[in-house]
Amino acid sequence: MPIGARRLVVGAHYGLRDWLMQRATAVVLTLYLILLAVQIVLAGPIDYDRWREIFAPLGMKIATLIAFVALVYHAWIGMRDIWMDYVRPVAIRMLLQLATILWLAACLVWAVQILWRV
Amino acid sequence: MSARQVIRNLSIADLVRYRLPVPGVLSILHRVSGALMFLLVPFTLWLFDLSLRSQLSYLQLRQVAGGWFAKLVLSALAWALLHHLAAGLRHLALDLDWGVDRTAARRSAWIVFAVSIALALWAALEIFGAL
Repeated sequence: MPIGARRLVVGAHYGLRDWLMQRATAVVLTLYLILLAVQIVLAGPIDYDRWREIFAPLGMKIATLIAFVALVYHAWIGMRDIWMDYVRPVAIRMLLQLATILWLAACLVWAVQILWRV
Repeated sequence: MSARQVIRNLSIADLVRYRLPVPGVLSILHRVSGALMFLLVPFTLWLFDLSLRSQLSYLQLRQVAGGWFAKLVLSALAWALLHHLAAGLRHLALDLDWGVDRTAARRSAWIVFAVSIALALWAALEIFGAL
C-alpha cells in the first residue's frame, strides 16, 4: 500500500524473518566449519580413506546435510537481496529469482546423493 | 515555498569519485564474495563428489586441482570464504550492538581485512604448494 506520495509498502514482516534466518543460518554454518575443521585435524594427514571416514558416520552425514540446507537458505536470502537491489524490471528479477531457487534446489539434491553414496 | 530537496541514487559515473569508507568496502566485498561462492557451489560440489566417490576419483581430484587455473579458482574461493566468514562475524557483533560507533566500526573493518587477507594469502600459498 502507498504511504505518502512516494513510498510503497508491501508484505507483512517477512523481511524481519529473512533477516533473522540469515543470521541463524550463518551461525549454523560457522559451527559446522568448526566441526569439520576439528574432524580434519583429528584425522591427521589426509588421504582418501581418512577423508572418507570423516563422512561415513550417519551423524556427520546429517550434520553436513543440515549445514547444506542452511547454506541454501542463506544463499537464497543473499541472492534475493542482490536481485532486489540491482534488477529493476520485475519480469527479469522474477526470472532470476526462480533460476536461483532451481539452481540451489538442484545443488541440494546433488549434495544428498554425494553424501549418501559414501 | 522552498524547493523540495531532490534525492537521487548514485549513477555509475559517481562511483569513481565516491569515497567509500572502509566498512563500506568491506560490505560490498561481503556481497561480492557471497555471490562468487553462490556461483561456484556446483564446482565445489563437483570437487566434493570427486573427493569421496572412490580412490580413483580422489586421484582424479588431485589432477583436476593441480592445474594453475583450478588453483587460482580455489584460492579465490578460499578468499571469498574467509572474507565472508570474518565480515559475517563482525556483522553478528554489530547486530548485538558491539562496536557500533564509528571509530570502533572502522577499526573492526580494518581487523577483518587484516585477518581475512592474511589467512587467504596463507591458503593461496598452500594451494600453490609454495609452503
